[in-house]
Amino acid sequence: MNWWHRLWHRKQMDQQLDKELRFHLEQHAADLIARGHDPAEARRQARLAFGGPEQVREECRDARGTRWLEDLLQDFRYALRVLRQKPGFAMVALLTLALGVGATTLMFTVVNGVLLKPLPYPHPDRLVALREKTDKPTQFGNLWPFAYPNFLDSRSASHALDIAAWRYGGGTLSEPGEADYADAREISAGLFAVLGVAPVLGRAFLPEEDRPGAAPVAIISHGLWQRRFGGNQGAIGSRVVLDGKSYTVVGVMPPAFRLGDDDVDLFTLLGQDTQPLMQNREAHIGLRAWARLRPGATLEGARAELAVIGHQLAEQYPKSNAGRTFIAEPLRPEVGEARSTLWLLFGAVGLVLLIACVNVASLLLARAVSRDSELAMRVALGAGRSRLVRQCLTESAVLGLAGGGIGIAFAAAGLRPFVAFWPGSLPRAQEVQLDWHVLLFAIAVSLACGILFGLAPALRAPARELEQTLRAGVRTVAGGSRRLHSGFVAAEIALAVVLLVSAGMLGRTLLRLSSLDPGVNIQNVLIARMALSPGAFANPEKTRGAWQDVLENARRVPGVESIAMVDTVPMREGINELGYWNSPAMPPRNEMPLALATSVTPDYLKVMGIPLRLGRFFDDQDRMGNQPVVVIDEVLAQKAFGGEQAVGKQLWIPDMGPAPVEVVGVVGHVRHWGLANDDQAQVRAQFYYPFSQVPDSLLRRWSELMSIAVRTSSAPLNVVASLRRGVRGASNDQVLSEVRTMEQLAGGTLAQQRFLLLLFGIFAGLALLLACIGIYGVVAYLTSRRVPEFGVRLALGASAGEVMWLVLRQSLGMIFTGVVIGTLVALGAANLLERSVSGMQHNEAMTFAIMIVVLVGAALFASFLPARRASRIDPMSALRQE
Amino acid sequence: MAPSKSDLPQGTLDLLILKIVALGPVHGYAIAQRLQQVSRDVVQAPQGSLYPALHRLENRGFLAADWKESETGREAKFYRLSRKGRAQLEKETASWQRLTEAVGLILELSEGGTK
Repeated sequence: MNWWHRLWHRKQMDQQLDKELRFHLEQHAADLIARGHDPAEARRQARLAFGGPEQVREECRDARGTRWLEDLLQDFRYALRVLRQKPGFAMVALLTLALGVGATTLMFTVVNGVLLKPLPYPHPDRLVALREKTDKPTQFGNLWPFAYPNFLDSRSASHALDIAAWRYGGGTLSEPGEADYADAREISAGLFAVLGVAPVLGRAFLPEEDRPGAAPVAIISHGLWQRRFGGNQGAIGSRVVLDGKSYTVVGVMPPAFRLGDDDVDLFTLLGQDTQPLMQNREAHIGLRAWARLRPGATLEGARAELAVIGHQLAEQYPKSNAGRTFIAEPLRPEVGEARSTLWLLFGAVGLVLLIACVNVASLLLARAVSRDSELAMRVALGAGRSRLVRQCLTESAVLGLAGGGIGIAFAAAGLRPFVAFWPGSLPRAQEVQLDWHVLLFAIAVSLACGILFGLAPALRAPARELEQTLRAGVRTVAGGSRRLHSGFVAAEIALAVVLLVSAGMLGRTLLRLSSLDPGVNIQNVLIARMALSPGAFANPEKTRGAWQDVLENARRVPGVESIAMVDTVPMREGINELGYWNSPAMPPRNEMPLALATSVTPDYLKVMGIPLRLGRFFDDQDRMGNQPVVVIDEVLAQKAFGGEQAVGKQLWIPDMGPAPVEVVGVVGHVRHWGLANDDQAQVRAQFYYPFSQVPDSLLRRWSELMSIAVRTSSAPLNVVASLRRGVRGASNDQVLSEVRTMEQLAGGTLAQQRFLLLLFGIFAGLALLLACIGIYGVVAYLTSRRVPEFGVRLALGASAGEVMWLVLRQSLGMIFTGVVIGTLVALGAANLLERSVSGMQHNEAMTFAIMIVVLVGAALFASFLPARRASRIDPMSALRQE
Repeated sequence: MAPSKSDLPQGTLDLLILKIVALGPVHGYAIAQRLQQVSRDVVQAPQGSLYPALHRLENRGFLAADWKESETGREAKFYRLSRKGRAQLEKETASWQRLTEAVGLILELSEGGTK
């Protein structure tokens, strides 16, 4: 019989035990009677010889080994009864806990999904990311994406790794259906095999297709299959047209498949990309190399092998590969800024949970004190101390688990709204789910809380001086419990200080950042990426003409005031950093200072509202063949020419050709990196050059990067539809993508700060509320215990004010301790915030002072109510109570 | 002179029960009787204290039990030795013998020392 069986059948087992013992007694008596004893005497002797039957029965039950469980069940039932007895207490405690555990569980669910879960591919621990590494760092660092030839050579040389690669792409998908932007990736044929994912329909790419000249093939996403082919099986073998090039669809990926964190529409082959740069070993054109360790291979082994391969290639191709090797790191999800935000929030939520625990602990302690005589009675009746401690802990664990259960329900309900509320989009949002990891976490947290706040009442379970406790009744407060209560209040205050100060710092930071001038007039500006018709790339004249048409057509759209083209838009992802020098005697390239280069058309200044400080901006005369010109911002003017007059000076920019360019104007600085980041950015200097002077050889590449910026006369989003129609062009296949207003882009740069402030504000408010409830409860409780004392004081002539002061002094002591400890911890928290949130204000005494005043005020108010009640005690009735 | 009564040394009750049950299926009362007879009333413990030991041995799988009709026609719980119990009996018997031998040796030694 196993223990479960024994537990389940314990009634039946008890009956059998009775029967067995009865048999013994009766048999013994029968034997004695047979030997001639009087029946009554015989039964007496049998009982004597047997010993105490009740004791035997207990010992037999103990022998079953299920005793602890039976006790647990008993304690459990008792705990439920006790909770039901005081529904008010139970409600407050449960709600407090549910809030704490719920918020913590919610944050953990997000942390787990975004940061802790491995990548959604089979055996993710065997996946690695490869990069090139140079001995000497340049101003861009020393880690590089792979050059395509290096990838091909490493792939064929490696025995430890199956290496695949991919690269960002995307363009206009013009068939089947309406032309629109499609997110695409160029991949090597083996990528899906390396990831361990197969198409649900059709097949993966074949190695022989992954080379120039092979028949163009594509694999599409499940989403695109549904949208463009209506989920029809006939999609396999049919045609899609991307950027004017036709591909045969050979496969459809599973619905949940994502590459990294992206839901990609379309995959084509790297080997079919005919750009000359692909074959250039010196070009690092954003190729990601991902690999899977082959069975038996280790990461260490793979690293050693890559080092050898790197060395061999360096000897073979010294021009491009000298001092260059390859490194492997475990492949991890890219989550960017979300990491620090999430950990900060998780920490804040943990503080709220702690406050909730402390609150419930002080409630429980107050109740335990009034139950002293009950516990003393139990000890007097023979309960062991460990048994009482166990019972107390069971009670608080039941409370914890019940609160945790409600908390999990809160978390489940709040999860989707929270994810939707995340600024921008939460990375790996589809991974955020309540799963058994989360449930386990929530249960563990609830249990830990239960034990944490049950410990104080449990440990004061009476052991000695029973008689005193029993006789004293319920009126005394032991010094120990008062100290514990003060400790609880101090802890709550300290925790609340940390959250309040953090929220205050975030608030001040946001206030300061929002008041910064972005350098552009962000009102009524619309930005969108623009793709020309594939037909426009037949020759450079046609391309320039197509752009001219776009600008003219857009200008005619109602609501459009002015329009310009731009490649890198302020506060949006994507930059172009170029080295410059102010004389022909240039330093080595990797020591040259960098500036942000932006290619624009003449109306850009008007559209963006950037102030012209000196000279002029571009006009239609700045074209190919005329003197190459640039306009620089104030920062570059200062850096390159000091205080001197910059207009008319020359700059040498090797990436734009050997000849110098002429500075024709100086404009205001634009916070390109965003309101929060620009001041700390490494490269702040900016210059603009005319799109019309981009050489023919680069025209196609530049055209692919171009966006349009439009100043509108009314709300910019209202013109989007007509603008889309206006620029579609003669062949009806020119599309806009990533349509944003400048206000959205600028707001996005403060999104993290704003989001953190909002949540920290909520948490701080919650902490303040919980702390006040806690203080009120403790002070009211301690005061109620001192009613007779106050009665005596009043009877002996103390004034009401003096009694009130007595109470307030006590809580002031607790508040002071809490504030001192809290301030110290808050200094640490402020440090953490400064490191993890960009643009964070250095911690200021002002913020601390304001927040502490708020807190102390609230805490005093909470203790004022019981204090006033104490001062209004009627001495006579108070004394009679004793 | 009546033999003096003493408590059982720790753990020996289990050994004695196993030994008695090894002779054949037997109920608790009979074990108590047999214990008393065999030990010639030297060992005197309340008969009830036998039962926790029996239940413990049953729970540990050394004894198995069935309800059967007794010699007087009433239903009683009969204990018998399991395979695991038999191994335990042998082990404990051996270790008991080793212990008594060792104790005997020590006692003889101390006698020799005083001579």
